[in-house]
Amino acid sequence: MNLTLIIPEMAVIGLALAILLLDLWTPAQSKPRLGYLAALGLVVILGLTFSQSIASDPVAGFSGLYVCDGLGIFFRRFFIAAAILAVLMGMEFADRIPVGIAEFYVLVLLALAGMMFAAAVNDFILLFVALELVTMSFYVLVSYQRSLAVCLEAGVKYLIMGALSTAFLVFGIALLFAAANTTNFTALSAASAALANDRLFWLGLMLILLGLAFKIGAFPMQMWVPDVYQGAPTPVTAFLAVGSKAAGIVLLLRVLFGAVPFISRQWETLFMVAAGITILYGNLCAIPQRNLKRLLGYSSIAHAGYLLLGVAALNSSGSAAILYYLIGYLFTLGAAFIVICLVCRQSDDISSLAGLNHRSPLLAAAMAMAMASLAGVPPLAGFAGKFLLFKAVIEPAAVNHAYYWLAFLAIGGVVISLYYYFGVIREMYWSKDPADVSPLRISPPMKISLAVCMLGILYLGLFPNAILVAAARAVSAFKF
Amino acid sequence: MSPLTYIFGLPLLAALLLVLIPRNFRVVIRSLALLATFASMVIALGMYWCFDGGLARRGFQFVEAHEWAPSLGIGYHVGVDGINLGLIVMGAIVAFAATCVSGRIATREKAFYILLLLMAGGILGAFASLDLLCFYFFHELALVPTFIMIGVWGRGDKKNYAAFQITLYLSLGALLVLVGLLALYLQLPPDHRTFDLVKITEFFKARPIRADAEQWIFPLLLFGFGILVSLWPFHTWAPLGYACAPTPTAMLHAGVVKKFGLYGLIRIALPIMPYEAQKWVFVLAFLCLGNIIYCGLVAMRQRNLNMLIGNSSVAHMGFAFLGIASLSTLGITGTILIMVAHGFLAALTFACSGYLEEKINTLEMEKMGGLLRPLPFIGTVMIMAMLAGCGLPGFANFPGEAMVLFGSWDRFPAVAAVAVWGALVIASVYMIRAIRHIWHGDKPWPGLADAPSFWRKLPYGLLLGSLILLGCFPRLLTDSIQDSVEPVVVMATGPHAVVPPKAKKPAHAPRIRILRDAQ
Repeated sequence: MNLTLIIPEMAVIGLALAILLLDLWTPAQSKPRLGYLAALGLVVILGLTFSQSIASDPVAGFSGLYVCDGLGIFFRRFFIAAAILAVLMGMEFADRIPVGIAEFYVLVLLALAGMMFAAAVNDFILLFVALELVTMSFYVLVSYQRSLAVCLEAGVKYLIMGALSTAFLVFGIALLFAAANTTNFTALSAASAALANDRLFWLGLMLILLGLAFKIGAFPMQMWVPDVYQGAPTPVTAFLAVGSKAAGIVLLLRVLFGAVPFISRQWETLFMVAAGITILYGNLCAIPQRNLKRLLGYSSIAHAGYLLLGVAALNSSGSAAILYYLIGYLFTLGAAFIVICLVCRQSDDISSLAGLNHRSPLLAAAMAMAMASLAGVPPLAGFAGKFLLFKAVIEPAAVNHAYYWLAFLAIGGVVISLYYYFGVIREMYWSKDPADVSPLRISPPMKISLAVCMLGILYLGLFPNAILVAAARAVSAFKF
Repeated sequence: MSPLTYIFGLPLLAALLLVLIPRNFRVVIRSLALLATFASMVIALGMYWCFDGGLARRGFQFVEAHEWAPSLGIGYHVGVDGINLGLIVMGAIVAFAATCVSGRIATREKAFYILLLLMAGGILGAFASLDLLCFYFFHELALVPTFIMIGVWGRGDKKNYAAFQITLYLSLGALLVLVGLLALYLQLPPDHRTFDLVKITEFFKARPIRADAEQWIFPLLLFGFGILVSLWPFHTWAPLGYACAPTPTAMLHAGVVKKFGLYGLIRIALPIMPYEAQKWVFVLAFLCLGNIIYCGLVAMRQRNLNMLIGNSSVAHMGFAFLGIASLSTLGITGTILIMVAHGFLAALTFACSGYLEEKINTLEMEKMGGLLRPLPFIGTVMIMAMLAGCGLPGFANFPGEAMVLFGSWDRFPAVAAVAVWGALVIASVYMIRAIRHIWHGDKPWPGLADAPSFWRKLPYGLLLGSLILLGCFPRLLTDSIQDSVEPVVVMATGPHAVVPPKAKKPAHAPRIRILRDAQ
């Protein structure tokens, strides 16, 4: 037991409980302002994680369940930043949530605690617990606008698909335990030789990967993404797209390269196929979409595919690129969802962006920047991320030419994606008939968040060095 | 600081400043844009003046280098030699001329000038860069504004289609190039990885690139760059895109941005991958016939002036490719001269057609005729430009095309013979027919006025003057071009070109087998 390791997690849970209590004494009209408290608390906790020195060696705690290493701290900060964005957007969104805005913040914080635990798991048992904490909170969050049918539909779909994937996960862990007699990552990676050809172990691992693919929104577990993204309240969609996906990715990395590197090495074809299909599926299905959130749902499937490129590359630069890409994705999606949250009040149709350039040049510029970054246009974050991922994929291509084909497929995906991302830009700048031309008012917290996101997108695109070095250090413990 | 930094930095800086100026200050916005491009042109001309031709053989001048992302081997590195000297000067002149003729843009001027300056600064930066990633990065910076400019200020019903077509096509080309450049970078040993072009070239000069990597990278670069230059059959974006783009965009894109691919082929692909280059030039020679003959014939059928100019500009790129395919000093020198000459020519013809469209509201050639009488100045300029386009001596295109044809005779006599027909007969037919349709005849045009003042005439005069000056004195450029091209040709036809570099066995056999054998 080393409780000092989990001070940030405890602080987040404490903050959640405090807000839950404060809610009792807060008058109804000022309940949305509890979000300030949540955001402020998270900023303090974020500062706290920076004051923590990163130990050069990973420190394990709780009899090996939990490990505090560079990767865990990196993702811990990432998740807190994502939660701050979600809380701030929630405050903006409060007028559209009929009751229970304080519980909304609490659920976001609890999901955040789950993600922070997920960043540091070293055992399949803790993996399951952390993931369930995240998923349970999201079951409620997704269906938070209870008066909207589409929102409830999204909640039910998420529940059913989530339960299915949880079943896969538990069954997988059970099989794995049957084969290996341990669920600890460190013990598993030491027992490599005997397990490499154990079919039972393979099956268990495969089922676990399916469960994780659900969180990431990767093929073949991507079916839920568009419906849930479309139906969920916008701040939840943003948190789902950034936080939940990143939690799935960090777990995938930990399992594949921390626990079972000896098997990941043999499954490169599987990862390549999964990455390729995910990229193509997401991009092709996004083409005809007219609902902005649904479009971003499909695009998030495509981005899950790009992230899987870094997994398929099976090298340290691939994993570092994934981390870099995720930070860029956080800022980019942050900007995009803030704009959607502010502009799309009646409907999420793309046409509600028409004439945005006249209504608010700042919002139009932010959205254009976000779309260009998602499409991978330099000098924005998305370009730097894709560049690093492509570099990681081409690295092994000299030995295995299949990686060239994977790179071509990814290029194809990027070209397709230009079409629908630039379609959004076209809608804002030169669509024919803007329905609404009233100027938009932006609240100060939203303005600041938007500015931070835009600066982040530019910074990551122009000065990749510092963060890339940090990302490379975070993944240095992985074995390939 | 190197003058190159100013040449492309000033337009970019001006673009940044324009963001801060309120959109109602139209005069300030236009003056700032003009000032920035004018200063950049003057510095470029000054740099040309100070360029020491005697040292062109030895390497780059006006070099400036800084670190950017050392962990990836990316740096800021600019420099100029005979190959990009002319391109940078041409680009700066065209950028100024394009800003001059932008006076006709009447809506959202601020955004237009910001994008125009981004485009100009981006492409000049790409030509100046000696770091492969900066090279790619700056080109992309020039590419993206095209999409918005065609969409917002474009002409015609098909502008949406054209905007997407040009963006998707060119992005595909650019991404293929990116994969090629990355693969090239990864061929360096892990502790020496750098995107610095000079170091990469030195490295592969000493040690040839591995054959199995070369056979992937060269086609990637060839077709990636080829798409960017509208190599047949990947050219369909060009005519329609130019027809729909606003005049200044078409001038900059057709004149300057399009030359990026040719420049990349000469600078990167030929010297570093000589063995594959020797194999692929045959394909290139036949594809370039597609440009010269097929697109020439297509140009003949056009009724819209802009479509004709667009197709003829695709056809001209065929000669540039033929020069590259010749792999001879004479041919590649000719290619670079064509690139410079065509830059002036394309910008000039698009500027004139833009002026015409503004005056008579149509570009259908059947509706024109007899325009030379009311528009003597523009008419004369455009007729001279069109004659330059069919290779009349006295204009810069003639020496370029002649050098390419002479240079390619040794390697591809049959292709050169066919290409002569394309140059002399097909081009003459459509150009002279266009001249007759537009300018001759006795159709009356009441109330039509020519470019009145010196300032309105300036951009046309500048471009035409450059074309004639280079046509009469091609040695202003060719001496230094030749000196810089020679090392490229030596590498491209040297010992590595004949004997395929031995492919090493993969360092490690597939890992799966090892694991299975252990069982």
